[in-house]
Amino acid sequence: MALPRRPRPLPFHLLVVVGALCLSLAAATFQSDELVLHDDDEFEGAGAGARPTPTPPAAVSSRGRSGDAAVGAASGHAESSAVQFALEHDLGAGFVPAGSFSARLKSSAHGSQTLTKLRFTRNGLTGDEKDAFKKLLNEDGFYSIRLLSNVLDPARKDYVVSSIKARCIPRESLDEHIVIHMDGVNILAVNYGSVGGCQYPRPLKMPSKWTFNSYTVLKTSEQAPRTPSFVDQLIEAENGLGEVVKPPEKSFWAKYWMYIIPLGLIVMNAVTAAANMPEEQAGGQGQPGAQRAPNAAPRRR
Amino acid sequence: MAPPQPRHLLLLLLSFLAAASLATLAAAVYEDQVGLADWHQKYIGKVKQAVYHSQKSGRRRAVVLTEENVIASLDLRSGEIFWRHVIEKNDPIDQLSLSLGKYVVALSSGGSILRAWNLPDGQMIWETNLQVSKSSKPLLHVLSNNKVAKDNLVFVSAGRWIYAVSSIDGVISWGKEFSFDGLEIKQVVQSPDNDIIYAVGLAGSSKLNLYQLNAKTGEIAKHIQESFPSALCGETILGSHNVLVALDETRSGLFLIEFKGESISYNKVYILDLVQDLSGTVKLLPLMSNGVIALQASSTVSLLKLKGIDGLEVIQSFEQPAAVSDALTITEKDEAFAVVQHVGSEIELIVKFTSDVTNEFIREKINIDEHRGNIQKVFLNNYIRTDKSHGFRALLVMEDHSLLLVQQGEVVWSREDGLASIVDVTTSELPVEKDGVSVAKVEHNLFEWLKGHMLKLKGTLMLASVDELAVIQAMRLKSSEKNKMTRDHNGFRKLLIVLTKAGKVIALHTGDGRIIWSNLLQSLRASKSGEIPFALRIYQWQVPHHRVMHENPSILIVGRSGADSAAPGVLSVLDSYSGEELNSLRLDHSVVQIIPLTLEDSSEHRLQLIVDSHSHAHLYPRSPDAMNVFLHEMPNTYLYTVDIEKNVIRGHSLQKSCHNSDDEYCFSTKELWSIVFPSDTERIAISETRKMSEVVHTQAKIIADQDVMYKYLSKNLVFAATVSPKAAGEIGSAAPEEAWLMAYLIDAVTGRILHRVTHHGAQGPVHAVASENWVVYHYFNLRAHRFEMAVIEIYDQSRADNKDIMKLILGKHNLSAPITSYTRPEVMVKSQSYFFTFSVKAIAVTQTAKGITTKQLLIGTIGDQVLALDKRFVDPRRSVNPTQQEKEEGIIPLTDALPIIPTSYVTHSVQVEALQGIVSIPSKLESTTLVFAYGVDLFYTQLAPSRTYDSLTDEFSYALLLITIAALVAAIVVSWIWSEKKELRDKWR
Repeated sequence: MALPRRPRPLPFHLLVVVGALCLSLAAATFQSDELVLHDDDEFEGAGAGARPTPTPPAAVSSRGRSGDAAVGAASGHAESSAVQFALEHDLGAGFVPAGSFSARLKSSAHGSQTLTKLRFTRNGLTGDEKDAFKKLLNEDGFYSIRLLSNVLDPARKDYVVSSIKARCIPRESLDEHIVIHMDGVNILAVNYGSVGGCQYPRPLKMPSKWTFNSYTVLKTSEQAPRTPSFVDQLIEAENGLGEVVKPPEKSFWAKYWMYIIPLGLIVMNAVTAAANMPEEQAGGQGQPGAQRAPNAAPRRR
Repeated sequence: MAPPQPRHLLLLLLSFLAAASLATLAAAVYEDQVGLADWHQKYIGKVKQAVYHSQKSGRRRAVVLTEENVIASLDLRSGEIFWRHVIEKNDPIDQLSLSLGKYVVALSSGGSILRAWNLPDGQMIWETNLQVSKSSKPLLHVLSNNKVAKDNLVFVSAGRWIYAVSSIDGVISWGKEFSFDGLEIKQVVQSPDNDIIYAVGLAGSSKLNLYQLNAKTGEIAKHIQESFPSALCGETILGSHNVLVALDETRSGLFLIEFKGESISYNKVYILDLVQDLSGTVKLLPLMSNGVIALQASSTVSLLKLKGIDGLEVIQSFEQPAAVSDALTITEKDEAFAVVQHVGSEIELIVKFTSDVTNEFIREKINIDEHRGNIQKVFLNNYIRTDKSHGFRALLVMEDHSLLLVQQGEVVWSREDGLASIVDVTTSELPVEKDGVSVAKVEHNLFEWLKGHMLKLKGTLMLASVDELAVIQAMRLKSSEKNKMTRDHNGFRKLLIVLTKAGKVIALHTGDGRIIWSNLLQSLRASKSGEIPFALRIYQWQVPHHRVMHENPSILIVGRSGADSAAPGVLSVLDSYSGEELNSLRLDHSVVQIIPLTLEDSSEHRLQLIVDSHSHAHLYPRSPDAMNVFLHEMPNTYLYTVDIEKNVIRGHSLQKSCHNSDDEYCFSTKELWSIVFPSDTERIAISETRKMSEVVHTQAKIIADQDVMYKYLSKNLVFAATVSPKAAGEIGSAAPEEAWLMAYLIDAVTGRILHRVTHHGAQGPVHAVASENWVVYHYFNLRAHRFEMAVIEIYDQSRADNKDIMKLILGKHNLSAPITSYTRPEVMVKSQSYFFTFSVKAIAVTQTAKGITTKQLLIGTIGDQVLALDKRFVDPRRSVNPTQQEKEEGIIPLTDALPIIPTSYVTHSVQVEALQGIVSIPSKLESTTLVFAYGVDLFYTQLAPSRTYDSLTDEFSYALLLITIAALVAAIVVSWIWSEKKELRDKWR
């Protein structure tokens, strides 16, 4: 809703369609274990009455569009219906509804179902809730939220819970970041946190606006890269097709520098010794101990 | 010219020195190094059945079947294992028997597999699969009568089936399924004089069926059925050759059933009329002898004599604990049996003949170690004494699973077979060397030390003769240095403290694996009320550093007083040096999870948090001091639970006190997060964390192009793997399309899923190990039909910008900022998977003192060996053509399969049968880690993943070094004298 839509070059759209097809296939029967270039599906959030934030977090980039687009592409042969489910929060006195998600349920031809086009609306905080929140901030307690793990079957009452220290949330307003991990229509886990970092211990800080700024990210599983297989290459090599790559010929210097340098040193040493010899013979009897043995022998002759 | 001479000598010596030191740099162990730093011990487990060789064969051996599913042939003189077969756990052996005096016949898997081994050498002769109805107690019956045994038939009955199998080649001679619904054959009886066998079966609970079969053809000759007025519980034994004794359903009455030709007559006897003080469950002991039966209640064991079917007569009652052996045929008519009971601190072995039950043939008192517990089983054997009379010996199975052979009132040998079922392992340092500590008799005098080194020098210079080489080898093997009972500089000498399934704690010396002390914990022994305690874990309780000279370290053993997870827990604290029990505690809550905290109180007790079944956490030790320490850290303490049944992982924080108790050491928990795996698509297969004690040397990794990557080193990282429900079974039970494996990296404080990845077409069993910033896991790839090992490495992206040296100098970096789990981490994940040949039983990783040494994965293979695989092989950054820089960094070119280098087997040529766990313990020397692998066998070795770069090995010849130095000094002196003389001569010239 609030994302800046940047113009995209054509190949990206192609990628989106390919990704969408792969996604729908993978979600259906997992026939292909090809690496698919889709990432974090998402999004999106709006504060109840709050302005949409001007700068969405970096993760919620245009890739999210690809998720939406993917659904659009896959929906050609799928029917969809609207689903609503509640977000409940706990301010210290048990879980009460605090907002609701609406999404479209897509059923593909293979019988698998996915949730798409997730939208989140936060209820405004009532006076009591505000007080409870203040109390939580004072006590340095945990603020918890929960969602039904199976949105289609609310009777099962399996909730995924997530919590954060209440003092992490207040900034200018109450900023929250919700990551929902999906597996088909099942909500596997919800990760609740602040938008930025949250160093602890943390001083008490009251927000100036008692409204929630929500960012919601939807995540699905990544596919593992395939184990590399070199069987083909091995066969190729056996057939003699694979050429043996010769290492580039090194220069003479690169090959033999370790011999040349000591040799040079020895030669230089010998030359200087030879040059010094006549001098010493001329005026050298004053320094007997400083000379080495080989020189001493001729000297004393 | 004189001066060059010493230089030549020097060069020569230096080259020798270099050669000597280079020789020790090899990665694998040489043949003559086996046993230097490693040891291997073989065990069999708790014996549940023993059969002796017949006397005629002249070999004094027994074949035993144990609860660890081992069949072993033991030498009766020494207790050594002649041969041994460890059978897979999923193929439990039910019964063992000898046939023809040369085959060991074993029935397994509920009567569906029958195998025969050759008695002398344990070679398998044949194996036969039988089709039987499942869920019944199978019976194996070997014909003992020679007249019939010419066909060498073995009878197997299970449920409604009865088979006759030839014991020579395993061919099924006939098989018969009785067409009677719900029939279960209880006894197979052989007629003493003709080819007729009787099969007695129960249908429902009160209909007794007797079939008379031709042993050669399996034809039913007769079928008699009899209904009983009240139901039977199914426990029957044969009192004598034609009287069957059966317990009724209430276990208060006995039916005595007699078969006379074609009729069945029976009589009911009430047990209370015979034995007065009965309590607990009554059991019939399988004692087959001429009219004598044994009846076991929880307080007594009674011997009863059958008087036809008219009634029973009590011969004698023994106080529990007592055990009665099977009857042993002595002569045609006579049988003997043994009763063992406890008398004070001793045990008493009584041998009686069934023909004269009132008299005792032998009554011997035997003194045994109190830490062996109560007698559990006795197996009697006879021999002919030198004076041609009958002598008896017996194998005793004790409560701590040990096996003893007693003969002539003495324990001839004992085997500590509790070590075959280790539950948990910890280590303890040895005492610091000080006056008063007996340093054993291992010190050498100087002369011997020098002699030893001279011998070694000879060996190095290849001058030693064969005999001398043997002496050198023997000397190295029992190197006194490694067996001392004091702490050593390198930290190689330690105590391995193991907790066994029987509730016995045993301390082993790492030098040679000998037992230093053992203690059968009173709190973990079966009580009279019949509850069977359960040993859970072993932890370090107190590790003194400040008062190390005065205080001994202690260990904590946690158990459960019953099999149920809600049963109250038991704690026990032992002294690590002596094994004495310092404290024992029966908890009023259950033990579901034990969390060793990293905190210590002022007396250096390690704090432990025990979570009960009501999700309450209890702090131990219960002292105000510990409480203060803990309260300070409580807001930062989080715990998580993995509920495999409900498929949920939950995280909790702790709250001040329990709701409904005034116990101040009890804390309630609040659920902070939960991850609910959809049970129709995922089942939790495994969860794994880093070792809390692990040391990481550096948080940065310099990669090839001088770039830096920061490892994400959170202690709260949990790896979890789930598999699709269909793929949870055995390999091959699911098609690749319906099998997948999902790997998760979860932050245990906030429940954040940091990474989630799906492997399609993969299935369990999953084994995983986590260390530093990586996880390696092993699974089966159904598409490739091979096992795979995958690696995930996780890097911290939020620190990735700290590369600029200027920034670092100016302090504009976030490296010193504290890391908090409340902040959403930016991580980068690299992963790769490789094919691996073996299926895996356990994976561990080497741990070193400072974490500098490269890591090796220790993989317990299906062949019960431990393979050390360098972590560099499972690096996600391997590429097909690594650049020059990457090669310098040590990146290996990408291959699709992980190499298995035969020399990298840690266990070299031995097998750790039924491998269960591998433990790596850091020594004080950074290069070396101590590895302990356990299963039915034990194996210990020292491992240097990057070779011993920081010390000279044991091989190093100090004598050679000394001689070199002496020679050098002499050379200097000589050359100095020479040069002085020469100078003097020159001056005189």
